Amino acid sequence: MSPEKMVHMANQIATFFKTQPGEDAAEKVAAHIRDFWEPRMREQLLAHVAAGGAGLDAVVVASTRKL
Amino acid sequence: MKDFIIPQDDRDMGTPARTGAPVTLTIDGFEITVPEGTSVMRAAAEAGIKVPKLCATDSLEAFGSCRLCVVEIEGRRGTPASCTTPVAPGMVVHTQSSKVKKIRKGVMELYISDHPLDCLTCAANGDCELQDMAGMVGLRDVRYEPGRNHFEQRFAVGPNPEYIPKDTSNPYFTYDPAKCIVCSRCVRACEEVQGTFALTIEGRGFESRVKAGAAADDFLSSDCVSCGACVQACPTGTLQEKSVIELGTPERSVITTCAYCGVGCSFKAELNGDELVRMVPYKHGKANRGHSCVKGRFAYGYATHQDRILNPMIRETIHEPWREVSWDEALGFAAARLSGLQEKYGRRSIGVITSSRCTNEETYLVQKLARAVFRNNNTDTCARVCHSPTGYGLGQTFGTSAGTQDFDSVEHTDVVIVIGANPTDGHPVFASRLKKRLRQGAKLIVIDPRRIDLVKSAHIAASHHLQLRPGTNVAVVTALAHAIVTEGLFDEAFIRERCDWDEFLTYAEFVRDPRNSPEATELLTGVPAAELRAAARLFARGGNGAIYYGLGVTEHSQGSTTVMGIANLAMLTGNIGRKGVGVNPLRGQNNVQGSCDMGSFPHELPGYRHVKNPEVRAIFENIWGVEIDAEPGLRIPNMLDAAVDGTFKGLYCQGEDILQSDPDTKHVAAGLAAMECVIVHDLFLNETANYAHVFLPGSTFLEKDGTFTNAERRINRVRKVMAPRNGYADWEITQMLANAMGAGWTYTHPSQIMDEIAATTPSFAGVTYDLLEEKGSVQWPCNEKSPEGTPLMHVDGFVRGRGRFIVTEYVATDERSGPRFPLLLTTGRILSQYNVGAQTRRTANVVWHDQDVLEIHPHDAENRGVKDGDWVRIASRSGETTLRAQVTDRVAPGVVYTTFHHPDTQANVVTTDFSDWATNCPEYKVTAVQVGLSNGPTGWQQDYAVLAEQSRRILPAAE
Ligand code: SF4
Ligand code: SF4
Ligand code: SF4
Ligand code: FES
Repeated sequence: MSPEKMVHMANQIATFFKTQPGEDAAEKVAAHIRDFWEPRMREQLLAHVAAGGAGLDAVVVASTRKL
Repeated sequence: MKDFIIPQDDRDMGTPARTGAPVTLTIDGFEITVPEGTSVMRAAAEAGIKVPKLCATDSLEAFGSCRLCVVEIEGRRGTPASCTTPVAPGMVVHTQSSKVKKIRKGVMELYISDHPLDCLTCAANGDCELQDMAGMVGLRDVRYEPGRNHFEQRFAVGPNPEYIPKDTSNPYFTYDPAKCIVCSRCVRACEEVQGTFALTIEGRGFESRVKAGAAADDFLSSDCVSCGACVQACPTGTLQEKSVIELGTPERSVITTCAYCGVGCSFKAELNGDELVRMVPYKHGKANRGHSCVKGRFAYGYATHQDRILNPMIRETIHEPWREVSWDEALGFAAARLSGLQEKYGRRSIGVITSSRCTNEETYLVQKLARAVFRNNNTDTCARVCHSPTGYGLGQTFGTSAGTQDFDSVEHTDVVIVIGANPTDGHPVFASRLKKRLRQGAKLIVIDPRRIDLVKSAHIAASHHLQLRPGTNVAVVTALAHAIVTEGLFDEAFIRERCDWDEFLTYAEFVRDPRNSPEATELLTGVPAAELRAAARLFARGGNGAIYYGLGVTEHSQGSTTVMGIANLAMLTGNIGRKGVGVNPLRGQNNVQGSCDMGSFPHELPGYRHVKNPEVRAIFENIWGVEIDAEPGLRIPNMLDAAVDGTFKGLYCQGEDILQSDPDTKHVAAGLAAMECVIVHDLFLNETANYAHVFLPGSTFLEKDGTFTNAERRINRVRKVMAPRNGYADWEITQMLANAMGAGWTYTHPSQIMDEIAATTPSFAGVTYDLLEEKGSVQWPCNEKSPEGTPLMHVDGFVRGRGRFIVTEYVATDERSGPRFPLLLTTGRILSQYNVGAQTRRTANVVWHDQDVLEIHPHDAENRGVKDGDWVRIASRSGETTLRAQVTDRVAPGVVYTTFHHPDTQANVVTTDFSDWATNCPEYKVTAVQVGLSNGPTGWQQDYAVLAEQSRRILPAAE
């Protein structure tokens, strides 16, 4: 998947969970990604974060620590 | 196992059933007890006594015009018509006195004197109530001299001015005025059952005639939608199916289920031998109650269309022509390729797409193939691209991924919200049932960017049409909640009892915020605040409130959020858990519900249980004897992405045409082209098959046994009415493929697959084919707690415990109109065609829709110099295509609309890869586009036409 598309999808998830009550948006994003993203998509995301995480929402970046 | 057909009482009882206090009366000496309000005619029928009748039939309210059904009632003067006389306690009725017999003979004599006596060659011979009644009343001669009549084309003196030639304009039925007895059953069927009001009786007395539409109209040019209700109601050969004219009256019938939309109508397939003569909606069908639309009743000709492929085919590369081969060779080739790919590229390099058009049993087997044979979770279904947000949204709020009601529920509704759905086109039989309720006084709120037919049509009008800008559903739904909360219209008692109160408080605080008010969002949504507030008040205060929604809700970046917003609205107003209320997703294809239930999604096993849960995997591991992958698999868009990246190499695609139906066609094509083994299992060489290496010919719904689950969770039987022309039912083909890969499956009948589903999936625990034979259908959950199924969900409490309110913040989609692409495109479908059109395009339904057109508002058209019927080019950041324009104010300025039924239009070249945040359901309903005049097909369309032709070449079979 193109990096832009992946970043867009991940950020969309973060955008939703950031609007939800509670302090644990990163947890929820991580849980969602774990439940719905196939391993190679998660690997791509982790690799993108390792390479600087360009374009990613801070909550997505935080969530990858819990993946 | 032999299939048998439930003996059901199919008699015409004369007038509709009533519910009411019991009333006892005596008919011809027999005592009978019936509900108050029942007609004497129906009471007699209940007692087994048939009173002669012509203008009455039990699908219509009695009319009392033919006077054939007269009876004598002790203590009453004269001879009342039994169809219009309600029963009374202690009434004593005689149906066969010499007086009434004489009257009936006189009535019949008059009818027959103005009727041609060509019974032997009439298409209705043997299936004509006029014949039956002439026999029943003992009419032996007609005393009238031949004179003025309607049936003779010429008299000795010249042409008969009363003679009207046959109208054969409708492709499926004819109207022969010479045989009409003006009983008005057709007119009433069109009004009461279908709700279209296309027919009238013109003139009076001898002059009165049935007329479709206005003076210059024939059936085809009138408002008639070809539902066939009038044809079914006609007691004579006046309105007659062309198939019966051609093939003769059918002599046997099998009950089965429509294979088109999610209403899931039950039909009697009527045959001679194995030749299908006609489909008649089944009156005991609980979804449709004896009604149907043009697709289910008439559009089955694709099953025998010459384009149908009946032999397996393979080819090395997609540039070669197809080679017809034996089943063994095709399956061996496919199995070897798939196994080879897994060896070379890994276990997760292949996957399946199950079909929402195939049966539950077939779907179950296809996902089992991925999980138990491929040993991965790469299974997805086309529900991905339609209702996956329903699964997620309702799962989060209510705890179950399905509609809450049955279709009968609409009869108890007082206020209906229809949002992002166009039932008169997409779910016609539900629309007819809804319109009937609206004519009885229920109120309607339509939330849609387009002025759909429900907004205003014959004898119905919406109280409010909130004509929002595409992509602003969440803002509108939240603004409705704002009005309900701030004006104190919510149902506190319900919320305290049934929902999580703390979550409600958080939610209430969120919706209360002035930024969510109708006034604040008006600029964004285009919906006038006062109108929106009025709609909110109506919904909250108007009695039983029900919400029906479709793909206009789900196919957005915030599709899942809107579904949750809809669930919030229902909980807020206490509209859950009884008749007449609820949240009702209208499913696109017949078995969308079933394919989701059967574990087609890559993250969950049958019954919506996540693959990460070891206890769930254990259930299947025990039966299947293999270990199941604990990681979620790829969804359809992810498969295509992975294919382009080179890590996904093989696909078994059953009954779906992803190239035409999925968004961003060029990306889909690139994904398919990058795969090394694409297996298409379908009736026709569809668009996806242009990229396939193996083609496995499929069977139609007429050729196999199984079950479909409709939008109301109703499990209906599909019954084999003829042998599969391709040799095998689809479930057998999947089994052969699995076995070619070493699976060792041994199912001999789909009922055994259902038994496995029941053994593994709690909501299906009680479902067996025997139960379905007995009950006709059941709605899941069907288990120990509710052995006969569950018409209404969440009656005493939500499946998840307490209902959950979820904050639904509006987030604008990134797909925005701007200077380059100033218009918003939204897509939908039309009555006569079905999705990618593979079936309906191969029937006479094309007379109503032979190409996709672009609806554009007069202002936008004028700005671009576009006139009605012009060729226009429509372009987005993804691609461009051309089609003809239709200038109409059904769409608002700034919005254009088209359908996606025809492959040469390829509306999906234009749609983008944006998708729902939670489920990846594509955002079909919003694409920023530009429209301009054009002089012909685009380069893509031309190239594609060449490719399609190239890749459909078939070598003559080897000797
Ligand atoms: S067309 Fe048939 S149903 Fe209609 S009035 Fe004539 S006989 Fe009756
Ligand atoms: S086919 Fe349906 S819509 Fe057409 S005239 Fe008959 S009842 Fe009315
Ligand atoms: S397409 Fe839908 S409404 Fe029409 S007959 Fe089939 S199930 Fe019924
Ligand atoms: S059937 Fe009763 S009046 Fe016609």
